[in-house]
Amino acid sequence: MSLLAVNNLTITFRNRRSTAETAVVKAVSFSLEAGETLGIVGESGSGKSMLSLAIMGLLPGDARLSGSIRLGGQEVVGASDRALDALRGREAGMIFQEPMTALNPAMTVGAQIAEGLCLRGGLSRADANAEALALMEQVRLPEARRRFASYPHEMSGGQRQRVGIAIALALKPRLLIADEPTTALDVTVQKDILDILDELVRERAMALILISHDLGVIARSAARTLVMYRGDMMEDGPTVQVLRQPQSDYTRQLIAALPRRSRRSLEGAAP
Amino acid sequence: MSGNRAPLVEVIGLSRRYALPGGRNLQALDNVSLSVAPGEILGIVGESGCGKSTLARIVMALDRPTSGNVLLEGDDLFALSPRELARRRRNFQMIFQDPYGSLDPRMSVARIIAEPLRLLPERLSRAEKAKRVAAMLEDVGLRAEDGARFPHEFSGGQRQRIAIARALITRPKLVVADEATSALDLTVQAQILRLLRDLRARHGLTMLFISHNLGVIEEIADRVGVMQAGRLLEIGPTAAVMENPREEYTRRLLAAEPTLDFLEQPA
Repeated sequence: MSLLAVNNLTITFRNRRSTAETAVVKAVSFSLEAGETLGIVGESGSGKSMLSLAIMGLLPGDARLSGSIRLGGQEVVGASDRALDALRGREAGMIFQEPMTALNPAMTVGAQIAEGLCLRGGLSRADANAEALALMEQVRLPEARRRFASYPHEMSGGQRQRVGIAIALALKPRLLIADEPTTALDVTVQKDILDILDELVRERAMALILISHDLGVIARSAARTLVMYRGDMMEDGPTVQVLRQPQSDYTRQLIAALPRRSRRSLEGAAP
Repeated sequence: MSGNRAPLVEVIGLSRRYALPGGRNLQALDNVSLSVAPGEILGIVGESGCGKSTLARIVMALDRPTSGNVLLEGDDLFALSPRELARRRRNFQMIFQDPYGSLDPRMSVARIIAEPLRLLPERLSRAEKAKRVAAMLEDVGLRAEDGARFPHEFSGGQRQRIAIARALITRPKLVVADEATSALDLTVQAQILRLLRDLRARHGLTMLFISHNLGVIEEIADRVGVMQAGRLLEIGPTAAVMENPREEYTRRLLAAEPTLDFLEQPA
């Protein structure tokens, strides 16, 4: 059984001024195994973020879902808030593009990482703090011990994103969803964050969904890629194949739009 | 490109220090010198905090340097009287990153584009303004009728076209673009870069093109300057800097950018 199986998933929203409905994700199906990294690539309005929110059970109340999302054997579509609470954090964790908005500005980062471990992991305050520190070291926050008592605004964007990853990892989820995790970061910082994510997949046999508009980021980290356009899944296959022998016109357009610099290796050595 | 013709812009020993709370200082620009030849696109690349946007703001006279000069056609921008500076504004215009925040949502597109025409010395008739706006809209790949619509009716890429039309309506000698394609989707970014290249070919634009994205810089810039911590580390023809970077930092920047090279292993 796959860790995640999305089957014929459609997400619609009712339009505000009429009874018409808009589908933002249309009949999408794919599955994901432990230890696998799936890249999801698409531009604005492709539905890639809606898809990830649906997996987390985080869609706004007016969204309508049909189809099925099975996460760790449990159905997410139509699940109660209580059932979703049990899934979030333990089965799947998520990190976002702008870590500043995902973090509590009035709480030290150590306390934020320890919070879930106390409230939901059932650890004592002391054990939770020790575990939080270990997580900070695992995401390679420099001077983790000193950083424990820092507030988010005292950290750089890259450091904040590491805190975001540590929080998402606290309850040892089997799936991590990273939605444009490096888009707001400088390239040299981006590289460090992607290295950390790669390592987590390797060492924890975690599954990773890496959502990005950047084919370079996807090519670097994801063995498999799903391409989305306006709610439709255009293709799903090994990244090498998707980029070297794209099946859909849209993927071809996307590759053609890359700056030459990023495209060069594709043209150089065709297999 | 920067051969025998007199430079359009000369930046000489430009420094900008900001006072931080607690008595400390931030050296946003540290003794930067460069020049831009007429018809040239000079790219400036660097990461956040390197000083590239401060450079753009000072070249646009939106901020003043702590020391150093900016010469536009040989005249020191900061030695001009406010009146004279205002008169010259038509000669240098700017395109910003955010096509949502930089257009007034309550103004029609035609009014937005016509706005800088007030900087021209001659007073244009309403008909003449309308004619220029219509021609400009078509120049940037929109329709003349689009002038009657409002910014919210347009996509991000179309809004950036509107911002470009507004920047070009006075036929400026210099256009400063600060991360002009960074908020756009990949396919839209490619379209806007193509548009800027076309406009340059047709009108001989001179540009200072600021970006954090090396791939974008390579697509558009004749020469590139690499900045870090307020300093201009190296500057040269784009291909030369990208293929044979002199500075360690430039090499790091080039190596950090994910390309599709990771696909080299056989499928």
